[in-house]
Amino acid sequence: MKQVFKRPEALVDVPFHFCPGCHHGIVHRLVAECIDRYGLREKTIGVASVGCSVFLYDYIDVDVVEAPHGRAPAVATGVKRACPDNFVFTYQGDGDLAAIGTAEIIHAANRGERLTVVFVNNTVFGMTGGQMAPTTMAGQETTTTPFGRQTDTNGFPIKMAELLSQLPGTTFIARAAVNTPKNLMRAKKLLRKAFEVQTENQGFGFVEFLSACPTNWKMSPEQANKRVGEEMIPYFPLGIFKGELK
Amino acid sequence: MAAIEFIEERCKGCGLCVIACPKELLKVSSHLNRAGYPVSTIEDMDACTGCALCAEMCPDVVITVFK
Repeated sequence: MKQVFKRPEALVDVPFHFCPGCHHGIVHRLVAECIDRYGLREKTIGVASVGCSVFLYDYIDVDVVEAPHGRAPAVATGVKRACPDNFVFTYQGDGDLAAIGTAEIIHAANRGERLTVVFVNNTVFGMTGGQMAPTTMAGQETTTTPFGRQTDTNGFPIKMAELLSQLPGTTFIARAAVNTPKNLMRAKKLLRKAFEVQTENQGFGFVEFLSACPTNWKMSPEQANKRVGEEMIPYFPLGIFKGELK
Repeated sequence: MAAIEFIEERCKGCGLCVIACPKELLKVSSHLNRAGYPVSTIEDMDACTGCALCAEMCPDVVITVFK
């Protein structure tokens, strides 16, 4: 018998700290698979954000810089410009990229930096205990919106993929989900493309992953997984917003 | 003929593999690992086709698939 599925080599053989049913583990594995696929392990520099994704350096077997909250694209810009032959990616959550780091991501994208950005959107600040994020769905209960997010006072969930796709500096912008095997297979292709636009020196690649956060949504992993499909995907449509798969 | 193996100590019993299996062969058992999580098991290994969708969906990379 042949082994048809194994742990990617770029993923360190340690248990994840993530809660049961959290999609971060899947996205970490997809990133590690891409690093293996393109043989980038020796030349990759990751930039981790603040949040649940902060322990990236424990899990992915590459050099990782830990950026201040939201500043991963700015740090990655410096890394890439200093080491243009290295592959540089950032891995950020929505509390990081879409809230405190909005300025950094928009300007890094607009400058067309040769970066790959992995954005995990679970509509909530995960590590700090489930506060409202800019991506929180209308009506969603969080610890800071106990009666649900009111759009007249709290605004609307921000669609980062659509927003960044308007910028002329970007090359590949897509949104994926990993809630079903079908969506996951599609997500793999999109992430590979986001890697390729950097390895082929074409420009800025960005993939947003819709992710479940069972703990802060106060749901079972199964219910949280279902919510991604039933509530998030209708508002945050999956697909490619800029560029194409060839 | 296919086989899947679980690293039980890594399993958190989230059940995403159970949803992923197209033949509904997996279930979260009542057996607990050292961390206190109920672990996933396969009931009928002979019926497994080795499609690896359970392994793809597992957030903790618990499952290895042979075919």
